[in-house]
Amino acid sequence: MSGSRAAWWRRLLSDPAGVTGVVIVLALLAVAALATFWTPYDPQTADVAGRWAGPGAAHLLGTDATGRDILSILMAGSRTTVAVAIGAGVIATTVGLSLAALGALTHRWVRESVAVLIDMLVAFPVLLIAMMISAVWGGSLAVVVWSVGIGFGVNIARVSRPELRRVLHSDFVVAARASGLSGWQNLTRHLLPNVAPVFIVQLSWSMAVAVLAEAGLSYLGFGAPVTDPSWGVLLSQLQQYLTVYPLSVLWPGLAITATVLGFNLLGDGLRDATDPTLRTRGGSARRARTHLPEVVA
Amino acid sequence: MSLEVTDLVIEIDGVRVVDGLSFRVADGERLGIIGESGSGKSLTALAILGLLPEGAAASGSILLNDREVIGATERELARIRGDEVGIVFQEPQTALNPIRTVGRQIAEAPRIHRGLGRAARREVAVAGARRVGLPEPERIIDRYPHQLSGGQRQRVAIAMALALDPGLLIADEPTTALDVTIQAEILDLLRALVTDAGMSLVFITHDLAVLAQIATHAVVMESGRIVEQGPVATLLTAPRSPATQGLLRDARATLWRPDEKEER
Amino acid sequence: MTALLSGRGLSRTYRAPRTAHLAPRALTHALDGVDIDVHEGESLGIIGESGSGKSTLIRLLLALDIPTAGTVSFEGRQVDPAASARRLHWLRRQTGIVFQDPYASLDPRMRVGRIVAEPLWALGIPGDREARVAEVLADVDLPADAAGRYPHEFSGGQRQRIALARALVHGPRLLVGDEPLSALDVTVRAQIIGLIDRLRSRNGLSLLMVSHDIGVVQALCDRVIVLKDGRSVEEGPTSRVLRHPSAAYTQRLLAAVPTLPEA
Repeated sequence: MSGSRAAWWRRLLSDPAGVTGVVIVLALLAVAALATFWTPYDPQTADVAGRWAGPGAAHLLGTDATGRDILSILMAGSRTTVAVAIGAGVIATTVGLSLAALGALTHRWVRESVAVLIDMLVAFPVLLIAMMISAVWGGSLAVVVWSVGIGFGVNIARVSRPELRRVLHSDFVVAARASGLSGWQNLTRHLLPNVAPVFIVQLSWSMAVAVLAEAGLSYLGFGAPVTDPSWGVLLSQLQQYLTVYPLSVLWPGLAITATVLGFNLLGDGLRDATDPTLRTRGGSARRARTHLPEVVA
Repeated sequence: MSLEVTDLVIEIDGVRVVDGLSFRVADGERLGIIGESGSGKSLTALAILGLLPEGAAASGSILLNDREVIGATERELARIRGDEVGIVFQEPQTALNPIRTVGRQIAEAPRIHRGLGRAARREVAVAGARRVGLPEPERIIDRYPHQLSGGQRQRVAIAMALALDPGLLIADEPTTALDVTIQAEILDLLRALVTDAGMSLVFITHDLAVLAQIATHAVVMESGRIVEQGPVATLLTAPRSPATQGLLRDARATLWRPDEKEER
Repeated sequence: MTALLSGRGLSRTYRAPRTAHLAPRALTHALDGVDIDVHEGESLGIIGESGSGKSTLIRLLLALDIPTAGTVSFEGRQVDPAASARRLHWLRRQTGIVFQDPYASLDPRMRVGRIVAEPLWALGIPGDREARVAEVLADVDLPADAAGRYPHEFSGGQRQRIALARALVHGPRLLVGDEPLSALDVTVRAQIIGLIDRLRSRNGLSLLMVSHDIGVVQALCDRVIVLKDGRSVEEGPTSRVLRHPSAAYTQRLLAAVPTLPEA
């Protein structure tokens, strides 16, 4: 058969972009897990005599202004990154899907109020508000995670709501009701899986931007406290001494970029891998033909 | 306007969807192309206008008034479209731009090809609307497509196709999406317009009964090939190919027969 | 004959969206006081053009929509259209529906086997589901391996067969079709008509068929109702209505149907 039974993961791994995404995200998770127990050096231990060492045998990525090993800080910082990405992701999913469901599946006045609410909230500049909150109550990772989570949750809701409504009026959903399914059963069996493609991409994008947001806010001093190992904090510290060890900023910069890229590629790959119409030759030909006006059934 | 197609081959992704088509439409003739979905009829129509989608390649010869369409530049094709050949599609919904008034769309081709001023365009729009039998032409041209019924929208699409008095009109299943009473009106309209203007007509359909109402000659397609062609009357009374016989049989099985004997 | 499915005084009005603040919203009467009976063992056709209310009528009769007025009953038992899905299971067991658009009525992300088995799952019908699915797929002339494939791998006609299989898998007594043949080619149409006819006589099904195509109704239905603008204009045995229509609208409708010269 033409591969319609291939598991979605196999399909994901056969796509170069998907593989890259998987590798990057898995590497990130592995490093974060490892860093919980071991890093080459204690990220907090200063060694003023050995500061600004270039990359070498003792310190693979060199040392910073106080002689701390950059690689160790980077590894420790990966835990922050993972925590932020997952935290923001979970919050965004919960907020996003709940709002989308409220805005698509309830009575008319509830739906329309939620739609207006979503539009209002989307207009809020998330990062600006995060900064304001930090300025008043002090910066912390929690502020970053919650503000990014809610901010992108609203974005997810904005995109998922019309998808939900579109699927809601499809004949196959009505057919499911005619077969005896309850609203909840319909939601889980038909509505959510069909909204999944849009949702997966939005979620992965949200997580990528959460990482970027955390790095940015921490860099500006509104996110993780200076004592926490965070890529953004590291970036801002290293940046001050650009003339002394210019290459050093490359390390956290690359880490952030790679992570953002990884999440995006993984999201795209997952969306394609779980779409049944993309799996078979018949599917792609059919999709190509649907661009032709009423040509082939 | 004469149309001569010789050995037309259309390939998509290496698959020959149309495989060596040859037919001719003489001046003033009404040719029907009939076949099932997937037989390649619509692709043939698109090829005549050089409107094949990405990934589809045409070879062979399509001569419109002795000028070759295949391989013609986009500029030449743009000149031909609307001016020498008009086309009407199946779905009146998607053929019309929802955010422009109907009058503007009717006058679109004249505006592009003839560079008419605003007053002249309005006249053209009113004349076009009147020609296709739309009620209150002066008022209807200021309406938007969603304010019109399906049948009215299809009339607008026909007015758009005929705005520059092309020598050839191609209609790709124009009545399939319409109610049966509207379908009858549109078929009458097409027949009248085409004969009055001395145009040639290529009418594509999968419905033999509709074909019988509008075409004088027909070409039967199956899997990208022509399996039979000739006058419609002959095809209906003495079909030679199994495909035509099959179409006729299935049509009779699903068609309403006014004088069917009581059997239920 | 006992009436299997009955509707009395069925009406459905919609309010058009607001075009201006404070302006009263226009009312559309999709259906206006229609009575209908489908008797056990018979095949009833509903003829109408767009805007006649035929699809609305079907949805009201199957409790897929709530009427503005009127009642529906099945075998004398009243149907509460606002009831929960579970409390409507008794009706769902007895009915199966096939929709018009073969490209929209099957969940594109589900395999065919699961789609067809869904009524069994939803209604909690015991027994070997896989075997039953294989059986009903064979009934509609689809290969056994169809169950493992996805809808997009099938043509329009095959998808309607899948939809038919889903409509019949739980052994209902009434099959409802909402223009199931309109989107199909003439050849495929003939095949599906033959299939429906066969299934009807084999399973003793009653049939309620909505169509705008007179030929289809003539081929499949004993009785016919003609709807126009939400009202019933004529009703009676198919042969009588089609050969000697009494209503002016029916006459106009029949006059517009393209026909073929006799062989």
